[in-house]
Amino acid sequence: MNEPSEVEKSRSAKLSRILQTNWRRLVLVIPYSWLLIFFFAPFFIVLKISLAETVISSPPFTPMIDWVNDGVMQIRIVTSNFAYLWEDDLYVITYLNSLKISTVSTMLCLLIGYPIAYAIVRSSHTTKHVLLMLIILPFWTSFLLRVYAWMGILADQGLINDIIKWFGFEPVRLLYTQTAVYIGIVYTYVPFMILPLYANMEKLDWTLLEAAADLGAKPMTTFFTVTLPLTAPGIIAGSLLVFIPATGEYVIPDLLGGGNVLMIGRVLYNEFNSNIDWPVASAVAIALLLLLVLPMMLYQHIQSREVES
Amino acid sequence: MYGRRSRFLWSVLCFGIAFLYIPMVLLVIYSFNNSKIVPVWGGFSTKWYGVLFKSEEVWEAVSLSLQVATVNACFATVLGTLAGLALVRFGRFRGRTLFTGMITAPLVMPEVITGLSLLLLFITLKEFIGWPDQRGFTTITIAHITFSMAYVAVIIQSRLTGMDQDLEEAAQDLGAKPLRVLLDITLPLLAPGMLAGWLLSFTLSLDDLIIASFVTGPGAVTLPILIYSRVRLGLRPDINALATIIILVVAIGVLLAGYIMLRQQRQRELELRLTSEENQ
Repeated sequence: MNEPSEVEKSRSAKLSRILQTNWRRLVLVIPYSWLLIFFFAPFFIVLKISLAETVISSPPFTPMIDWVNDGVMQIRIVTSNFAYLWEDDLYVITYLNSLKISTVSTMLCLLIGYPIAYAIVRSSHTTKHVLLMLIILPFWTSFLLRVYAWMGILADQGLINDIIKWFGFEPVRLLYTQTAVYIGIVYTYVPFMILPLYANMEKLDWTLLEAAADLGAKPMTTFFTVTLPLTAPGIIAGSLLVFIPATGEYVIPDLLGGGNVLMIGRVLYNEFNSNIDWPVASAVAIALLLLLVLPMMLYQHIQSREVES
Repeated sequence: MYGRRSRFLWSVLCFGIAFLYIPMVLLVIYSFNNSKIVPVWGGFSTKWYGVLFKSEEVWEAVSLSLQVATVNACFATVLGTLAGLALVRFGRFRGRTLFTGMITAPLVMPEVITGLSLLLLFITLKEFIGWPDQRGFTTITIAHITFSMAYVAVIIQSRLTGMDQDLEEAAQDLGAKPLRVLLDITLPLLAPGMLAGWLLSFTLSLDDLIIASFVTGPGAVTLPILIYSRVRLGLRPDINALATIIILVVAIGVLLAGYIMLRQQRQRELELRLTSEENQ
């Protein structure tokens, strides 16, 4: 074993002194700069490319800053990609269709998720743990494979059509329709609705409900005037957790909707990977981001209030 | 009245659980189907498992995905823990709003946007500093760390806010420097949270298709990318076999974790009862 030399000793002493005095700064600076570089900065690149023109070269877009021969800088910004999105009916329809699908799916998730969360909260201590685990377990298995499972169920020769045929009815086309996309989104996102609702209801003061009943309120009245307002934070958090990712969903419309269901995430993906039109893909990304920035800020507001309370 | 309502709740609950689990059960059943057409039953067979295990492609994809997931989970846990500590224990600092924004945004950001923006970043970086010269393992791992660390940070944040500060204050009163307190008291107390964060990051990485398919390069095929390229063209019995194996591994893992957690909780409750009896 070599003894550490004097230089090494003094170096490690210096290092530990630096650590002693600056560790707080390090704790903050390391994750901060990671996120700045790999999460924040990329959006500006997307913005920049969305303002460029498509050309056939590598990279397939015009530079924003050009050096003209006399060392004169020329800045080129075009808004034609956004105008193109606005003028092409396909994009506008896709945009609205995504919004429709995610809004309806969010409401369906709420309708299914609310009673489930309620039932879990009202069950006994051990049952509660088992039920929660059952809700969380699908999270840990592959999302892709769970969507794939529905391809088998909804296919023309799949389980649902087998049952329909067994009852003597005509088989229906389910796979590659909008209905299949709804089923897929509700199926994969309903746990995201149940968990925040559960967390909210768990903290609820249930004696208020008893008080309302004691004072003669009918169950329906109690539900609408007491339970619903008190669980509103859970409803909002759960709805945002379903609505935001569902709007940009790609895998579900692609596997279950086929070519028949237009959604913005799918258009973005295809514009980039099949058409290799980077500026338009970037403009679609910016447009999607603008659509979601308000819901995302609302979610962040709720999240930070939740943590601080 | 109450009976009718609770019967309604229970039926919704049973329906919900069935809705969540029937598709997965069907995946497993059809993996033992002899027929090549997935939803048409042609007798029991395990031949698709043989097809799966013999595929070189599958093994390579599994190996790449496990490597990415492991490296990602380690980095994300460290970075996420640091971020969570900064958010809860550092009070107000400059740029805090941006920092909280960057922590919560990845949780809900549509993956197509994250994927596209990271790819464009890597391409721009290559143009200016020549790195990364090849897209693949490194770029996928960096992309995964970026969103996984946000999940870890949120877990750590909620653990820290719910944590009793008595021990830390006691250590400080006894003259421990803040860094000592952090290393000897806070971090050990956070260990279960860090473990949860590690496991979550690991699964998130194994599960990611979209971001990985944006930032990957030629030759680097992760397991979800492989599965996707196959199921896109229709149902495949060997994918059912793969799904069965994944479901089995996850189920065993979750049941084991649940069992350990339940036992620890029972232990704690028992100790609590014993001490309260002693005090009486």
